[in-house]
Amino acid sequence: MKLTKLLTSAALVAGLATSAMADKTKVGFVYVGPIGDGGWTHEHDKGRLAVEAEYGDKVETVYVESVPEGPDAERVMTDMALKGADIIFTTSFGYMDPTINVAKKFPKVKFEHATGYKQAANVSVYSARFYEGRAVQGHIAGQMTKSNTIGYIGSYPIPEVIRGINSAYIHAKEVNPDVQFKIVWAYTWFDPAKEADAAKVLIEQGADVILQHTDSTAPQAAAQAAGNVITFGQASDMSEYAPMPRVSSIIDDWAPYYIARVGAVMDGTWESVNTWDGIGAGMVGIGEISDAVPAEIKASALALKDKLADGSYHAFTGPVNKQDGSAWLADGETADDGTLAGMNFYVEGIDGDVPQ
Amino acid sequence: MDLSAINPVLLIASLMVAATPLLLAAVGELVVERAGVLNLGVEGMMIVGAIGGFAVSVESGSPYLGLVAAMAAGAGLSLLFAFLTQFALANQVASGLALTLFGLGLSALMGQGYVGIKPPALGNIHIPVLSDLPVIGPILFGHDPVLYIGIALVAAVWAVLKYSRIGLVLRAVGENHEAAHALGYNVIRVRVLAIMFGGACAGLGGAYISLIRVPQWTEGMTAGIGWIALALVVFASWKPWRVLLGAYLFGGINVLQLNLQAAGIAIPVEYLAMSPYIITILVLVIMSADKSRAPASLGRIFHASQ
Repeated sequence: MKLTKLLTSAALVAGLATSAMADKTKVGFVYVGPIGDGGWTHEHDKGRLAVEAEYGDKVETVYVESVPEGPDAERVMTDMALKGADIIFTTSFGYMDPTINVAKKFPKVKFEHATGYKQAANVSVYSARFYEGRAVQGHIAGQMTKSNTIGYIGSYPIPEVIRGINSAYIHAKEVNPDVQFKIVWAYTWFDPAKEADAAKVLIEQGADVILQHTDSTAPQAAAQAAGNVITFGQASDMSEYAPMPRVSSIIDDWAPYYIARVGAVMDGTWESVNTWDGIGAGMVGIGEISDAVPAEIKASALALKDKLADGSYHAFTGPVNKQDGSAWLADGETADDGTLAGMNFYVEGIDGDVPQ
Repeated sequence: MDLSAINPVLLIASLMVAATPLLLAAVGELVVERAGVLNLGVEGMMIVGAIGGFAVSVESGSPYLGLVAAMAAGAGLSLLFAFLTQFALANQVASGLALTLFGLGLSALMGQGYVGIKPPALGNIHIPVLSDLPVIGPILFGHDPVLYIGIALVAAVWAVLKYSRIGLVLRAVGENHEAAHALGYNVIRVRVLAIMFGGACAGLGGAYISLIRVPQWTEGMTAGIGWIALALVVFASWKPWRVLLGAYLFGGINVLQLNLQAAGIAIPVEYLAMSPYIITILVLVIMSADKSRAPASLGRIFHASQ
């Protein structure tokens, strides 16, 4: 009697376990850097952990880190799809074409590509309006700089990065007409030694504010060593460098989006969408503004953040001219998403050329 | 364009810092290859040295102890390679690649608790009068001690290889291990010691990045410098002073191109970004037009029975 009962319950448990295994939604993530980069990839991985926390046993997540942007990315995605992933998040701009290529071969697998612009029936694109955060950064940076020189470490000259430069510049110029941007392209998303070198060079050339669009905390360390230089956390809060040099940050919060999209796969309502959310939707967060920033600047920065959040102000509001002096936005006109998504020009006042 | 924004003194001082990790790793690998062993695990040994040195200096509060630990960590990892290739007679290329992958993974694991921590600072040396001289002071007398160790190491390796008995034995082992064995030299012992020396140098180079140049711990922070060191040894024709020249060229042009970008010079950024690689290779290839060649036994497995 006891034995039969034991066997039955064992069989029941085993049955439950197998059915649970079959029901598990498998979620793949492809990362461009290591999950410990303290920036971009770190935040995506927090999103992945949030998905696990939300759905528990119903999901299984896998990830591959430090995947180069190129043919190797295709291999990694194909491998994930072959191993039964139901949805794959590819989290860097350079994965755009590989994602489209692999998606063609696996029409039943859902793909989600971050920061790109190529959509397909089973490929969604999603990004955050980081430029809204850049507007707040520019607003603070323009008032904090004493040398009127702001250094900007770019990764690759792609629309996402150029938008950030333009947005930061417009809002720095608004509060400080004498401000000047020095831009250095590192041609990498993640190389702490090179990012540190770039920051040091900018500081040596007189910059006392460093904005970065690369993923590691190395520029923060370089600024700290130099002394009177301020920085902003990029992608992640980087609060270990607060209150100086890091005076605020842009935080990417992917967790709600990832939870929603994995949920959509589970209940069969997933369809290809183009998501581009900003401060208002919570995808872009502004990290705490530290006490190194005077109270009145902090207050006006927070007011700007609120206006961006409720939609009463757009970060690209005319009059704005292109770098060559030709008109882009008329007085009061705001930029449309199409132009922003493909932005490949500087606004008037920035020195240097966009590498083509 | 405003070239006056570039301060040549600061430029030269910072190029020396940028070149040092590369120099240390490359001079270590040079000795390994002169002994006839190809260790592709430089990147792995560097990153393990980076976290090993970082962890020890954070825990102990002494950057010098950290540097010693980094050398020990690099040498320790290289022992694994030495065991595989010298005793188990495994393929050197495969073992070296495995060592790099293993090192990257191991360092990420070891570094879990060290993200975002600041290491104790290793101050620059300051010699009264000399360090305060204009121009020469910051360039020659205002650096951290490891940078001088790097240069001294190049000189020492050059002198030992060229003039000493030990250097002669090492080169004999690298050129023709059967002959060296027939003369009674212990090929395996010479190679294991060379591999450990290379590991210690790579570890020190890694710690230079995590303790001095950046200074912080981030996963994967060596970001390919180990591979560049490997290429540099080949392009420098296995000669120590050319390794020094190559490392300074590479580091120098890297810093210079960032400076030119920041100063807004009208050269397309793509050309500036690729210039360190191209110019370093060009200069060293032109210099290697003389009779220099690879050690004859490089990458070949030795067993005393053969």
